Amino acid sequence: MIRVVLPFHLRNLTRVEGEVELEPVAPVTICAVLDALEEKFPALRGTIRDHGTLKRRAFIRYFACKEDWSLEPPERQLPDEIIRGDEPFLIVGAMAGG
Amino acid sequence: MSKIRVLVGTKKGAFILTADGARKNWKISGPHFAGWEIYHLKGSPVDPNRIFASQSSGWFGQIIQRSDDGGKTWNTPGSSPEELKGPGGFPKGESNKFVYAGKVGTHKFYDGSQHPWEFKRVWHIEPSLTNPDVAYAGVEDAAIFKTADGGKTWKELPGLRQAKGNLWQPGAGGMAVHTILLDPKNEKRIFVAISAGGCFRTDDGGKNWKPITKGLKSPYELPDPDAEVGHCVHRIALHPSRPDVLFMQKHWDVLRSDNAGDQWNEVSGNLPTDFGFPIDVNFNEPETIYVVPITSDSLHYPPDGKLRVYRSRTGGGEWEPLAKGLPPKNCYVNVLRDAMAVDALDKCGVYFGTTGGQVYCSANDGNSWSAIAEHLPPVYSVEVQTLK
Repeated sequence: MIRVVLPFHLRNLTRVEGEVELEPVAPVTICAVLDALEEKFPALRGTIRDHGTLKRRAFIRYFACKEDWSLEPPERQLPDEIIRGDEPFLIVGAMAGG
Repeated sequence: MSKIRVLVGTKKGAFILTADGARKNWKISGPHFAGWEIYHLKGSPVDPNRIFASQSSGWFGQIIQRSDDGGKTWNTPGSSPEELKGPGGFPKGESNKFVYAGKVGTHKFYDGSQHPWEFKRVWHIEPSLTNPDVAYAGVEDAAIFKTADGGKTWKELPGLRQAKGNLWQPGAGGMAVHTILLDPKNEKRIFVAISAGGCFRTDDGGKNWKPITKGLKSPYELPDPDAEVGHCVHRIALHPSRPDVLFMQKHWDVLRSDNAGDQWNEVSGNLPTDFGFPIDVNFNEPETIYVVPITSDSLHYPPDGKLRVYRSRTGGGEWEPLAKGLPPKNCYVNVLRDAMAVDALDKCGVYFGTTGGQVYCSANDGNSWSAIAEHLPPVYSVEVQTLK
């Protein structure tokens, strides 16, 4: 079981409070997690990655085990801590400060 | 007694204001979709409880929302359990899928170079006058899309971009189809306006479009002031009883056409400035129109800090200021193009929202005004429904 943390706007869109729990198809990659996430919440299609190309939207970041996975290949398997559910996979809106 | 529902889109969510026909005591619900930009909401004339909303974010892209109970609850169209699975077992979730038809092509960019079309967001949703499942979406980068299934899927009407789209260019706010007017007497006829593409008309339901810009002059924005496309049209409006008569607030100039846009004539008359964004028509008086003069394209606030609506009862040319109840000084807000609307009561109600977060209402044709909401996020759009 994978734990996923969505940013506020997407929790608001999906009406989710707290973390999302998913059972993605193995191997557990970024792509597999996003497939499972979009299957559970179709409204998220197009909000994290492009509808057609499945490319990550420019202002979306992926964090796993305190590392930035945004530029990792989507087919790369996620760390064991994520796969075991010890750590959440974070989908984050890129920082906008000021 | 009639009831009024005002749909307000703002930078940080949507608000719904309701009152009875007296239009004095208002209830406000919201924010709906808190934190998201709501460019536009509009109800179906056929089924007023069906409301479409354009929800977007620079981070997360475009979402289309639909309510079928007058704004109490919302869903992304096509999200019922039986609609979720596509033939391959994947979720559909395509209500926010706006893909340009065919070869994407290019348009003129800010620096004059050619730039590929890139979908950014839906600026305006115009529900059909006859079918609650049909609606049109005006999008940035400028194109028009249509849904025939209540917003579950959208398809471009690509003929619009073939009307010299390679010569259109973004204005300061982007390049979007921001106005869509449906002809109530001819369902094949649609008018759209684009900043800075111009004004266009189809007479065959959206297959073919032609520029309708004869008479527009843009000497400080275009190298050829009489060019067929490229004019920065801010808003057009019509009265449903006379769809061949159009009114336009251009970047500079207020104009009218008496032949469905084939020829435009300036009617700025005695306006203190003819720069502005919205323009609308009194529901009961087709020759009574409203604009909100803004100082200039560099100074997006009212002249002298006095917020005033201007009304012409002669279809343009002669204008009078309407100031009662509006800030008489130190007011430096803007009123955006989609942020003015009218109701359909006997004494026409006129409504507009400001970038300062106020929504003003006049229940007497504009003679006097009061704020019916204050301190909202910057208002992007205002639409009004008159409910029986």
